[in-house]
Amino acid sequence: MRTDGTGVAGHRSQDLDQQPSAEQPPAVRSGSRHAAYKAPSRRDAAREVKASSGRGAAKTGPRNRGDLVRTAVRGTGQTLITFGLIVLLFVVYELFVTDILTNERQEDLTEELLQNWEDDPTLGPDLPGGGLSTVPLGEGFARIRIPAFGADFVKVVIEGTDPEELQQGPGHYVDSAMPGELGNFALAGHRVGKGSPFLDLDKLMPGDAIVIETAETWFTYVVLGDPATGNFGADPSGIPGQQIVSPQDVEVVFPIPGVDDATVAPTSAYLTLTTCHPKFSAQQRLIIHAILDGPGLPRAEYPDGPPALAGG
Amino acid sequence: MYSWIWRILPGGLPGKLVGSLVLILGVSALLLFVVFPWVEPMLPFNDITVE
Repeated sequence: MRTDGTGVAGHRSQDLDQQPSAEQPPAVRSGSRHAAYKAPSRRDAAREVKASSGRGAAKTGPRNRGDLVRTAVRGTGQTLITFGLIVLLFVVYELFVTDILTNERQEDLTEELLQNWEDDPTLGPDLPGGGLSTVPLGEGFARIRIPAFGADFVKVVIEGTDPEELQQGPGHYVDSAMPGELGNFALAGHRVGKGSPFLDLDKLMPGDAIVIETAETWFTYVVLGDPATGNFGADPSGIPGQQIVSPQDVEVVFPIPGVDDATVAPTSAYLTLTTCHPKFSAQQRLIIHAILDGPGLPRAEYPDGPPALAGG
Repeated sequence: MYSWIWRILPGGLPGKLVGSLVLILGVSALLLFVVFPWVEPMLPFNDITVE
């Protein structure tokens, strides 16, 4: 394909060679290109029409007002289309690319975690005692399974709830309890994108199991509420199984969920999951509260998991 | 802008097509792996913690 530039240049030299151009008034040549290009043959004339209808003609033509307007409109249009494409690409990134990146990271974390557990079976947070967690930020220390989300729902839980940690998987609020401890083992996870660990949190019903696996122990938590009626508010403790709160309601991750009083020592082991609500938004938080169901089961005795996993 | 890029791409029609493809892939990769991860934490719809 010949570019418009060379085409025009070719015509011009042709004009100069074959036409007695000296006799033409210069005003005609510079003012009206069509006059200057009056071609000697019909074939050239047809080509000339093609060239002037192409984009090159506007560029080489006189910069009159119409051309300026056309250029401005075209520029604006192209800019808007470009922005649209970038935004579209960003959506693709959020929904698909972050999933791929997070899933890859989860695979690495799983490998690391299993290796750590193999190297030192006593390693892990399931030691009694309170206070701040001693797990370094960003390190995986447990796995969460939710049979209601499918038997293949397994995520490595990372220490910390900063964006760097959360983009790798569900993160543990550093000042909340550890798995199995009295108090509140609180996790945050992304709803949409980044592997979407907590996408279907709103589908959890009272009585659904959430299984936490640590180096030595399985801990089975069940979502609070009445499994028979599906009423989240039916627990005698008054703690709802599911609630939707504003982002400032930090009480949901306190040792006793919803109780803003540090002097009251927790007598139960809770699990709290937080994610954003509604989907694609950050206006509110969807909260799930669960309570430890029976003592932790040693992994050595239950290599295939607790009864809650067998059902799923 | 796009017509200008098309015009300066070398190699005739096949070259222009290959060049365009390379440019599109390059820009997409730059956006996906550099720009978006950088810009994402500043956007408000990824807050999932209570604080």
